[in-house]
Amino acid sequence: MAVRLDVVTTIEDARAGLRLKAFRESAGSTVTAVHVADSYLLDAALSHAGLSRARHALINPLMEAAHMTGAWVPKRFAYAIEVGFLPGVTDNVGATAQETIEDATGYAFKAGEKVYSSQVFVIEGALTEHDVHTIAASLYNPLIHSATIYDRASWKKRDRTFTVPRVSLSGSSEVAEVNLELADTELAELGKLGIADVDGTRRGPLALSLEYLKTIRNHYRALGRKPTDIELEALAQTWSEHCKHTIFASPLDSIEKGIYKTYIKGATEKIRAKKGKNDFCVSVFKDNSGGIVFDDEYVITHKAETHNSPSALDPFGGAVTGIVGVNRDAMGFGLGAKPVANTYGFCFASPEETRPLFRDSERTQEMLLPKRIMEGVIKGVNVGGNQSGIPTPNGFMIFDESYRGKPLVFVGTIGLIPKKRGKRVLYKKEAKPGDYIVMVGGRVGLDGVHGATFSSESINAGSPVTSVQIGDPITQKKFSDVIIKEARDQELYTSITDNGAGGLSSSVGEMAEQSGGCHVRLEKVPLKYPGLAPWQIWISESQERMTLAVPKKKWKAFHALMQRRGVEATVIGEFTESGKCIVTYGSKTIMDLSLEFLHDGLPVTPLKTTKPNFVFEEPDVRVPKDFSGTFAAMLARENIASNAFISRQYDHEVQSGSVLKPLQGKGQVNADAAVFRPRLESERGVVLSSGITPYYANIDPYGAAAASIDTAVRSAVAAGAPLDHLAILDNFCWCSSDEPERLWQLKEAAKACYDVAVAYGTPYISGKDSMFNDFKGYDEKGNPLKISVLPTLLISTIAVIKDAQKAVSLDAKMPGDLVYLLGETHEELGGSEYFRMISEHNQEGKIGMSAPQVDAKKNLRLYKALAKAIEQELVASSVSVTRGGVAVALARMGMAGMLGIDANLEKIPGSTKKSYALLFSESQGRIIVSIAPENATKFEKLFSGLPFKKIGTVTKGKSISIAVGKKNFANLPLGKALEAYRSTFKNY
Amino acid sequence: MKTRVLIFSGYGLNCEEETAYGFTLAGASTDIVHINDVIDGRVKLKDYQILAFPGGFSYGDDTGSGKAYANRVRNHLGKELKDFLKRDTPRQSRGKLIIGICNGFQILTQLGLLPGALTFNDSNRYIDRWVDLKPEGDSPWLRGIEKLSVPIAHGEGKFIADKKTLAELKKKKQVAFRYVKGETSTYQDLPANPNGAMENIAGVLSHKGRVLGMMPHPDRHLFSIQRPDWPLLKEQAKRAGTLLPEHGQGLQIFKNGVEYFR
Repeated sequence: MAVRLDVVTTIEDARAGLRLKAFRESAGSTVTAVHVADSYLLDAALSHAGLSRARHALINPLMEAAHMTGAWVPKRFAYAIEVGFLPGVTDNVGATAQETIEDATGYAFKAGEKVYSSQVFVIEGALTEHDVHTIAASLYNPLIHSATIYDRASWKKRDRTFTVPRVSLSGSSEVAEVNLELADTELAELGKLGIADVDGTRRGPLALSLEYLKTIRNHYRALGRKPTDIELEALAQTWSEHCKHTIFASPLDSIEKGIYKTYIKGATEKIRAKKGKNDFCVSVFKDNSGGIVFDDEYVITHKAETHNSPSALDPFGGAVTGIVGVNRDAMGFGLGAKPVANTYGFCFASPEETRPLFRDSERTQEMLLPKRIMEGVIKGVNVGGNQSGIPTPNGFMIFDESYRGKPLVFVGTIGLIPKKRGKRVLYKKEAKPGDYIVMVGGRVGLDGVHGATFSSESINAGSPVTSVQIGDPITQKKFSDVIIKEARDQELYTSITDNGAGGLSSSVGEMAEQSGGCHVRLEKVPLKYPGLAPWQIWISESQERMTLAVPKKKWKAFHALMQRRGVEATVIGEFTESGKCIVTYGSKTIMDLSLEFLHDGLPVTPLKTTKPNFVFEEPDVRVPKDFSGTFAAMLARENIASNAFISRQYDHEVQSGSVLKPLQGKGQVNADAAVFRPRLESERGVVLSSGITPYYANIDPYGAAAASIDTAVRSAVAAGAPLDHLAILDNFCWCSSDEPERLWQLKEAAKACYDVAVAYGTPYISGKDSMFNDFKGYDEKGNPLKISVLPTLLISTIAVIKDAQKAVSLDAKMPGDLVYLLGETHEELGGSEYFRMISEHNQEGKIGMSAPQVDAKKNLRLYKALAKAIEQELVASSVSVTRGGVAVALARMGMAGMLGIDANLEKIPGSTKKSYALLFSESQGRIIVSIAPENATKFEKLFSGLPFKKIGTVTKGKSISIAVGKKNFANLPLGKALEAYRSTFKNY
Repeated sequence: MKTRVLIFSGYGLNCEEETAYGFTLAGASTDIVHINDVIDGRVKLKDYQILAFPGGFSYGDDTGSGKAYANRVRNHLGKELKDFLKRDTPRQSRGKLIIGICNGFQILTQLGLLPGALTFNDSNRYIDRWVDLKPEGDSPWLRGIEKLSVPIAHGEGKFIADKKTLAELKKKKQVAFRYVKGETSTYQDLPANPNGAMENIAGVLSHKGRVLGMMPHPDRHLFSIQRPDWPLLKEQAKRAGTLLPEHGQGLQIFKNGVEYFR
């Protein structure tokens, strides 16, 4: 019999205060008070004494009291809302409570016994039933939570009618054969909707094309048998766009080797060859992360991922699992790198957008609103990063209506690993025949079934809800600690990889390539609850798991160590050299696939592109006499405004290596780059930055990609990164990649990736693509619509600076310092923030065609000169000119230093003389620096022959003033500038 | 002989390495030890002079920050910890030291080793920012410290206690630190008290000052270039012909602990 324990606070509760505010916002001022309680359902045969101990262990008597089943009756309330988890959803609080109770009572929970947590919100006031439903809707996500509303009468019955959210699955362990001898339409349907169960219900998308299915059919015809369901599911995972990146690999027009090999890997190979002895790449593209030299003893790694589709459905869970998942890409580099920093990047629709969207034509499945997605995602990265003890020093948040259907959620992790321990090289790995296949960490449940195939498609009504998962950072932290800090250096395993997309089918499949085969005994895999079918166990993406190869003679030691650290580790099979991936369940062989077919059997599909015809009219620009108002409005733009509230809630100082922080200067302005020291005993620092410029992509995909790379590199250089020790990562988030027009844009972008990276000598070390960021659904009237993201390329940089103390922040330092603009300004306002702003005033869609172009050769000379100036410590502050142009960059420098700047833009290098272009053009390759007057001669000498101009001075006066010649264009007091800059996200 | 410091780890604690680094810089011999190795008896608390409960997110703060880890300590190491704090052997007549930082402080209050409790910040949000502290109480940990600027990073750091306890804390000089407006909060124009802590209390003491718990992180100001204002300070120093000091203000806490046994 389950027992309820309600834990209520006996002091003033900040959580309740904030809820009160939020509830009033959604339901009006009739709400007068809110109380929050944590409730535990103890579904275990605990003794009376045991219950008493459990109760004491779960409260701090100084601020909490516990009530047993039925004893808690709030004195005054109108309604209570209880939010719990649906059966099978990860319940971290419940799990900790269970561990606490087991430890306190000595009672070991039996199979099926569990603690379930929920939260109760007691609401006072004269609110209506409608109000309480509105509030409840804001508290829970029907995909993962249950919510129960009580009034006074029903509350009395609350504890008479328990519903314990136990999982009960009737799934059988039977393995079905799948008939592929079907007509094309039926075969195509099988690919789209999935294998049909006995009752006819489809299991969810295989995302296998007709052509792929025919190839598979031929393979099995030759074998003289039908595929089993698990074989087909495994092929679907392994061949998915998500795992195989088929679009990047396929021949595209005349590019026979495909754009990945030709432009991305091709660039890296060319750069490495040219660098020769100065090549700093250690392990690129082939591992879970890319690794470069940090110093003589260490390698530093980086990997950036996206978690877009899961975040659209459950923003919090999607983001947690995203960040915690990419942490495993560091842990899965070589024999395990320690995660030392996280990065993030969010692309949302404006939180002001409130028009509903639906997944189905009946309008029953409503998509979450942008604000809810934004808040959930931000919180998810908060929980995932903070709880894992990994600092998050760098990130960004941008907005566009095209991210309304699917948000883009980028997450990255930097890792640190010694090159060697004794004679053993740690950045390489190889599973050996005979090694045990060992699964470590969490157990397997239904969560995350079909994640990889789901994310290879657009979101629609059939998107599987089981793909939604909640992260459990602490389970991962436990095995991360023991693996990276103990087992690795005790040489207890030979290989390790992440269990991410595709679950065991992918991780074991990949590692089997190292040894030459595998034999998995699926019945050994520990499950969260009984009743999973074998194919589900094989492809489930349940989080917080890694797969290792453990030599038999090391197993005892490995297992004992894991047990001592409270980490579950299970032998689930053996690596072999049979050339096959064999899976058995009990005595039955249920999968018998050659590795060759599994990994290389997919047919090559040549792709064709067509140049699209995007035309954006030029907006009418009404030039004001005084730009001050426009200037302030620009600072308040969602794409420019301060999002300090994110930086402050992400721990960026844990591990004690913080050097340049996400918020800089007295004014706490968001920085473009961050610097930290991953080894406290070394002066070396790591510089991180990013570039993302999707606004130009439909105008000019080549120029847009070039701008992303230039922005990322420029922002790193501005903070002190040396160009000769700087690597980059590419993350393509495209849309509708089955359309030739989108593929043409892709080809152009990839070309730019090659050209600019080769020009800068900055190799790609890792990358990822997500090709179908589209939403197909219905608007509020039930009209069908499709929303596709702007073709988006994120470039992340990782650079090593020899002396972290030479890093330069963006805040102006001293009155009297000279301000220089480096680089050329042209009339490049197409897709600029300025044109977007004016297009919003009755000029819809008129964002112009003059998007910025990148002259990498010119820029390189400039950046090298700046790197030298920074190395010689001549630069007091430095800011990369990005969104919003020179005006915004000057404001950021001034606001950060809480100092004025007097600037005159007359005769600055470049081709434009238009006032608004001088202020707001987004020409690339520009940096603004301030230097002490005594350094002027030395500084200018370094730039001789290059485009630069002294444009002004830092002043004690408290305003940013910009003139051209004798004409004053803008004079914005610092207070006003800061007010505008901070206004947009003030209430977050 | 070097002062021996044991730094607890495991179950989501995560600041053990920088805490150990602080003690090492201060001249100690440090061991990071998983709590289960102490429970198993592989490592004995009595072999150490200082115990440190570092910051982190033990058990993800589930069921209340520090609660689950404190339960584990209480259930398995209650007696050993009590013995550790006894002043029984003549060599240790001055008594041994314990420090709890951030999550470690939460664990010590949940254990009842320190007075008061820590609850959700007034903003009900995790905050990472710098604060300025004024030492007040009587403790070997605080010797020679006049001011201390270090960061906080927590969601449940608001110190609370009933009136009687607060009065007693003052009387017995058990308030270790209070948040004050100082160098870094002035620099960033932020309120002195980051979380609504009663009477601006940032840290407290017990056992005649031998046990210190504090929410702010001295382990995150071991170097000058961790300060938020270091780029400005460096520029000022350069123009004055001087240099930034290498080490940061937080180091003194660790030095005080280590030097207590010299």
